[in-house]
Amino acid sequence: MGLADNKAAIAAQNVSKVFRGAGQEAVAALDNVSLTINQNEFFTLLGPSGCGKTTLLRLIAGFEFPTDGHIYLYGEDIALLPAYKRPVNTVFQNYALFPHMTVAQNIAFGLEMLGKPKAEIDARVLAMLKLVRMEELSGRKTSQISGGQQQRVALARALAPKPKVLLLDEPLSALDYKLRKEMQIELKRLQTETGITFIFVTHDQEEALTMSDRIAVMSKGKVLQVGTPHEIYDHPAERFVANFIGETNFLKGEIVSSAKGVPRVKLEAGPTISADAPRGGQPAGKVTVVLRPEQATLVPAGKGELQGVVDNVVFFGTDTHFHVRLADGSMFMTRQQNSGANAGGPKAGDKAGIQLAANAARILKD
Amino acid sequence: MNKVNASVDIKTQPGFKAVAILCLAMLYTPILVLIIFAFNAGNLMMHWEGVSLRWFGVALANQDFQSAARNTFMISIVATLVSTVTATLAAIGMTRVKAWPGMRMAFMIINLPLMVPEIITAVATLSFFALLAKGLGLNFGIGNIMLAHCVFCIPFAFMPIRARLEDMDLTLENAAADLYATPWQAFRRVTFPLLVPGIASGAALAFIVSFDDFTITQLVAGPGQTTLPLYIWDQTRRPMTPEINAISAVLLLFSISFIIISFLIARKRK
Amino acid sequence: MAEPVSKAAEIALASQKNAARRHQLLAMPSLLIITLFGIGPLLVILVYSFLKAAPYGGVEWKFSTDAYLNFLFQRDIFDDTLQFSPDYLFIYLRSVIFAVVTTAVCLIIGFPTAYFMATRPPEQRSWWVLLITIPFWSNLLVRTLAIMFIIRDEGVINTVLMNWHVIDKPITMLYTNFAIVLGLLYSYLPFMVLPLYSSLEKLDFRLVEAGFDLYADKRRVLWRIIIPLAKPGIVAGCLLVLIPAIGAYVTPLILGGGLHLMIGDLIAQQFGSGRNWPLGAAQALILMAAVMVALFFYVRNSSGKMHHE
Repeated sequence: MGLADNKAAIAAQNVSKVFRGAGQEAVAALDNVSLTINQNEFFTLLGPSGCGKTTLLRLIAGFEFPTDGHIYLYGEDIALLPAYKRPVNTVFQNYALFPHMTVAQNIAFGLEMLGKPKAEIDARVLAMLKLVRMEELSGRKTSQISGGQQQRVALARALAPKPKVLLLDEPLSALDYKLRKEMQIELKRLQTETGITFIFVTHDQEEALTMSDRIAVMSKGKVLQVGTPHEIYDHPAERFVANFIGETNFLKGEIVSSAKGVPRVKLEAGPTISADAPRGGQPAGKVTVVLRPEQATLVPAGKGELQGVVDNVVFFGTDTHFHVRLADGSMFMTRQQNSGANAGGPKAGDKAGIQLAANAARILKD
Repeated sequence: MNKVNASVDIKTQPGFKAVAILCLAMLYTPILVLIIFAFNAGNLMMHWEGVSLRWFGVALANQDFQSAARNTFMISIVATLVSTVTATLAAIGMTRVKAWPGMRMAFMIINLPLMVPEIITAVATLSFFALLAKGLGLNFGIGNIMLAHCVFCIPFAFMPIRARLEDMDLTLENAAADLYATPWQAFRRVTFPLLVPGIASGAALAFIVSFDDFTITQLVAGPGQTTLPLYIWDQTRRPMTPEINAISAVLLLFSISFIIISFLIARKRK
Repeated sequence: MAEPVSKAAEIALASQKNAARRHQLLAMPSLLIITLFGIGPLLVILVYSFLKAAPYGGVEWKFSTDAYLNFLFQRDIFDDTLQFSPDYLFIYLRSVIFAVVTTAVCLIIGFPTAYFMATRPPEQRSWWVLLITIPFWSNLLVRTLAIMFIIRDEGVINTVLMNWHVIDKPITMLYTNFAIVLGLLYSYLPFMVLPLYSSLEKLDFRLVEAGFDLYADKRRVLWRIIIPLAKPGIVAGCLLVLIPAIGAYVTPLILGGGLHLMIGDLIAQQFGSGRNWPLGAAQALILMAAVMVALFFYVRNSSGKMHHE
């Protein structure tokens, strides 16, 4: 990459972080990670706990320093800069609001530390309170406001100094479901209004899919795939990504031909189907094919590509999940929307066929 | 509504309430008797002749009492200041930090004064200062007592300050750094204000253990270095009048109000 | 790539070392005070215990193990032979018995009290804690004097009983073994209640419910569930009473009146003028060793417990 191009808000280059506890063996939290995050982007680091996403965020914030590699902020290497010298602000998971200060004092803190004139601070604090709709509570102690309000104050506090990049460390995880949905929309609005680059850390795939411009899926200290929510969902590059994002059926098979560039796969469960090859790869031999549950329809036995016996039916309100045992013994799950028409659908023990949507199957880059 | 029968409530154990009340009675009866008799108007200790503040007047007017009170406050205030400042520094250097070489040892050293029986500390300190005086001609006067008090006040001050630091959310300091506060600014604006209640209760504990100390002071004190507890002890070896009750009551009421005030402040902060 | 790697690692290491040095420096004033004026004195009496006693108090700088020999033997003035003399041993034994009895009674009274406190509603609990804390931090000397006022021949109990003509001459209570144990009990009861309370307060009462659910009655829930779970608090409380009770000085001084010595007074007496400082030093160190053994068992017990969890 050379010196990262100046357009990138953040460019991580071969970043590694090894933790050495006293008397414990070294743990690599990040393993040679490279990433580019563009200006004005809502970028999400997604992965299960312990995948290194929070470590990467802390490296960008300056709470930890990389064992190896570079982190560029608009072309400037900030990897070894202390946190207080970086024009980057963080919204913490538990908000980390100063309990001995009021809402307004919390928001003013960063500006004060930057030595801004008082008039400017006051004006900025007011603007921030307005932005997060908290004008009335400016004089409250932070312990006297609700979780959702604390969340807003944390956002206002981090946005007040006009950071070049805003880091958000699972900021919605402490909120209940409804509030979380509201805050997701609110966050998106704030990002559009302020035009600041957001780097958002979460383990919630739904949250990542709904809010992000681009997502980096991480596991065990590595970045597995970077792409738009659509790319990640529709073209998972690896088994982990396919499994972690949404629900997926994994079908074992073997490539028999690749007529016109579209590989044909003979499934262990019986039929031979067409499946998309992974990007930048021409697989051969034994492969795994993935198919989302909503891309298959339950049809009467004898029809459709796959045949099997319904093992379990689970009602979910808006839709129903059918778990079908295929000929090779593997399980296949389809999701059918409940419309009333399928009220008398198959029951456990019934034979059924499965119709696969065209061009929906993907081969994994195993 | 029926009142839940105590024997049905799973938490209660038969007879425990009676023991708890007995326990309180045991702890408070002697103190109360002592204080009540301080208000006795008569000359004889057990012969009640009516309520009077007479003996408080006698006690407080006594020159020896006044000089003992002066000594006591001088010693306690110096010991409290020194031990609170040093214990605060130590707590900051030893809590939530990466272990430095010798930190375990440092913890043992700080806790040591709590482990050694007081009488051993007392005779050891006496021997130590005797040796200093004889061998090096060093005698700090009342400073000897102050130094001895600092030793056992430090762990008492250290405990609540350290507990407060341990409970403190580390991300608050990260948040301060994230908002452009230098390490010193982060300490002054965030860590220290949040630490103040811990420092206050540490100082209160240090003050009270120093103020009440008898054993170590008695052995270390030289002539003319009488503190209030030593003064009371001297009084018991003379024919006793209610004056001694009055002095004791003053001492008790002072400590008790001190404890109650710290308790109320701590409660309010919660 | 190699050059920035080592640079980054170097800077990180250097800043870590700097921080460690800074933290160490912060702890220094406290450590210095305690080492110089807390540990230093202990070393002085360690040295003193191996010296000869000077005739008018203090020491003569000549090596001698007399202090330790004197603990168990007495040198016959006439033929200079050593004769077994258990006087000091008896005082040690008596101190241990007093301390053990005190600890046991403290536990018997303290446990139900702490349990009762822990089962109060939270608001009441903090008031109970305050009530136990007040004597904990009150002047020990004054509290001991208060006991004396009550049990003296002319004290409250005897005066009242004689006024009511229950007795016609005072019952002697002061300057007896009973007085000392009563005083110790009174002095150290809060030391038992507070740690017991803090461990019982954390007790998960769902476990008690589970016990009842599995057919245990109140007594068996107490013995089989509550007491085993409160064991760390019980051990801590017992040690907090036992250790200062063995070395008690003020209580036997006032309530024993010099007739019924405990170790603390014995040691203090040796440091009067004209007394035997090395002997006092040796006696102090023997007490210290006993305390260290008790603490060692406590640490082993509690670290083993932690291992369990």
